[in-house]
Amino acid sequence: MNEPGAVVARDLVKVFAKGSVRALDGLSFEVEAGTVFGLLGPNGSGKTTAVRILSTILTPDEGSASILGNDVVKRAAVVRRSIGLAGQYATVDENLTGHENLRMVGRLSHLEKKAASTRADELLGQFGLADAANRTLKTYSGGMRRRLDLAAALVGRPPVLFLDEPTTGLDPQSRQDLWVVIEQLVGVGTTVLLTTQYLEEADRLAHQLLVIDHGKAIAEGTPAELKATLGTTVVSVTFADSATAERAVGLLDPLVAGSPILDGNSVDLTVEAGPKVAAEALRTLDQHQVEVAGLALREPSLDDVFLSLTGHRSEGLEFDEPEQGGDHKAAPTPGYIGFDENLAGR
Amino acid sequence: MTTADLRPLSAPAVAPGHRLKWLLSDVATMTWRNLVALTRIPESLFFATLQPIMFVLLFRFVFGGAISTGVPGVTYVDFLMPGIFVQTVCFGAVSTSIGLADDLQKGLIERFRALPMARSAVLGGRTTADLVRNVFVVAIMTGVGYLVGFRITTNFFLYLVGVVILLLFAYALSWGFACIGLSAPNAETAQVISFPILFPLTFASSAFVPVSSMPGWLQAFATYQPVSVVVDAARSLMLGGAYTSTRHVLGALAWSLGLLVVLVPLAVRQYRRTA
Repeated sequence: MNEPGAVVARDLVKVFAKGSVRALDGLSFEVEAGTVFGLLGPNGSGKTTAVRILSTILTPDEGSASILGNDVVKRAAVVRRSIGLAGQYATVDENLTGHENLRMVGRLSHLEKKAASTRADELLGQFGLADAANRTLKTYSGGMRRRLDLAAALVGRPPVLFLDEPTTGLDPQSRQDLWVVIEQLVGVGTTVLLTTQYLEEADRLAHQLLVIDHGKAIAEGTPAELKATLGTTVVSVTFADSATAERAVGLLDPLVAGSPILDGNSVDLTVEAGPKVAAEALRTLDQHQVEVAGLALREPSLDDVFLSLTGHRSEGLEFDEPEQGGDHKAAPTPGYIGFDENLAGR
Repeated sequence: MTTADLRPLSAPAVAPGHRLKWLLSDVATMTWRNLVALTRIPESLFFATLQPIMFVLLFRFVFGGAISTGVPGVTYVDFLMPGIFVQTVCFGAVSTSIGLADDLQKGLIERFRALPMARSAVLGGRTTADLVRNVFVVAIMTGVGYLVGFRITTNFFLYLVGVVILLLFAYALSWGFACIGLSAPNAETAQVISFPILFPLTFASSAFVPVSSMPGWLQAFATYQPVSVVVDAARSLMLGGAYTSTRHVLGALAWSLGLLVVLVPLAVRQYRRTA
């Protein structure tokens, strides 16, 4: 057996009294030291609850968890010295300056005054906030706040870092910048537990992924493995309207091992032999006089993985904030193979 | 340009020094943080001071002429000011509920919970900062009182004892308002919940009029409720004469300590439960 992971969660259950919601319903996972572990799931799937239990903010109703071998309930005080938490909502004090915020966290992490101040200076420099060090946070942009929030999580040089949707709501450039920093941190040995709704983010950063829905694990593996479980290619056929698409589902069903996935005007087939199935699909549809508006072949995205596992899209911020996301599912991804509208009229 | 050492510590850092030292340090840090925030929004302090000044002017010049102190030789402004001091510090306790509700709403408390700091420091720092703020406000109100004719008729030492007693009461009250702040969904609601509690306590009291002028059924409440006891204690110490009453001074201390004994554990329990 390998040595136990840096973060271990065992059968975690958390029920919130109001509405008796089972936020976590027997969640277990293990994070290997020095890696990035991605918890992937839609809003309300239990990601944040898991992070709050692991960071000692909440206690689990059932099950147990440990950080570097220390139980999060019984040895919470020790755990708090070995973790850093950066949240979805940059939790920094708006009325303090950047330097004051970091110094406060340093003092509350029990650094001596001088050490807290030095560490604050260093981190502000590291995160490109030196010029804004003595400005109150009211003058900071969203991206600057997130960087300061991450800096605050690093004040105590924690070996384990929890990043709860660290880039939600950020513009693409700020997201890229944060990703680079996270990669740097992992490069020097930090263990990272990342929650995200952004499939692109999980794909880029995580070594291991756990997909959760309704507080339960529904799939685990590397990003590549999860994508491989689905076949190698997605054939996406688009129609003029959703009624036509619904009709096509029945016709295309025999072509796939699983079932075709209907999404508005389009039907997705996840298959091994993309081009062959695409040709067959067009032939079948043509025979039944179903007009095709478009056809695309692409590599399955994690969104496809999610859809096939949960039966619903990773509905949530990614689609609520098109102005910030820039990674909408319909946009061509690096796995994009080809799109030819003329194929339909062949 | 400076850069930070991003390498994690291999073993969790253990802070040197005694636990008590760090508890006090945590409370001091949180107090500092709340006081710095206060200086960053000076308009809030300005309006917090303006309101009691308006009350002074209102009662001194508008209503005061029609109110009899009931004690020969005691002017209404002398009767009024100890009441104003108590009312002002009680209203100041609202900032405890607003401040905590705000921290909770903004997620700051989440961050504090994941830090190795003392759990009680969030509440301790908040209430201590509000206490410091009240010291400042009472000093200003004393100055305003002097400008409109108030005079301490005992001595400065007894006045200070009176101030300590009313500040202690406000401090105890802060812990009660901490409970409200921790259970309110946001700062606005915390404020809205606080005033219906404060109004009857401060106005149906001996702060502005002698209780004997009230209808009988109200007197029963107004005589024994804590704000009246504290106001009477403050008058005893600041005005003396007919107002001298050791019973009220002891009563005020008893109320404050009693409230602390009940409210501190209640607030701490509420803090632990609030997630």
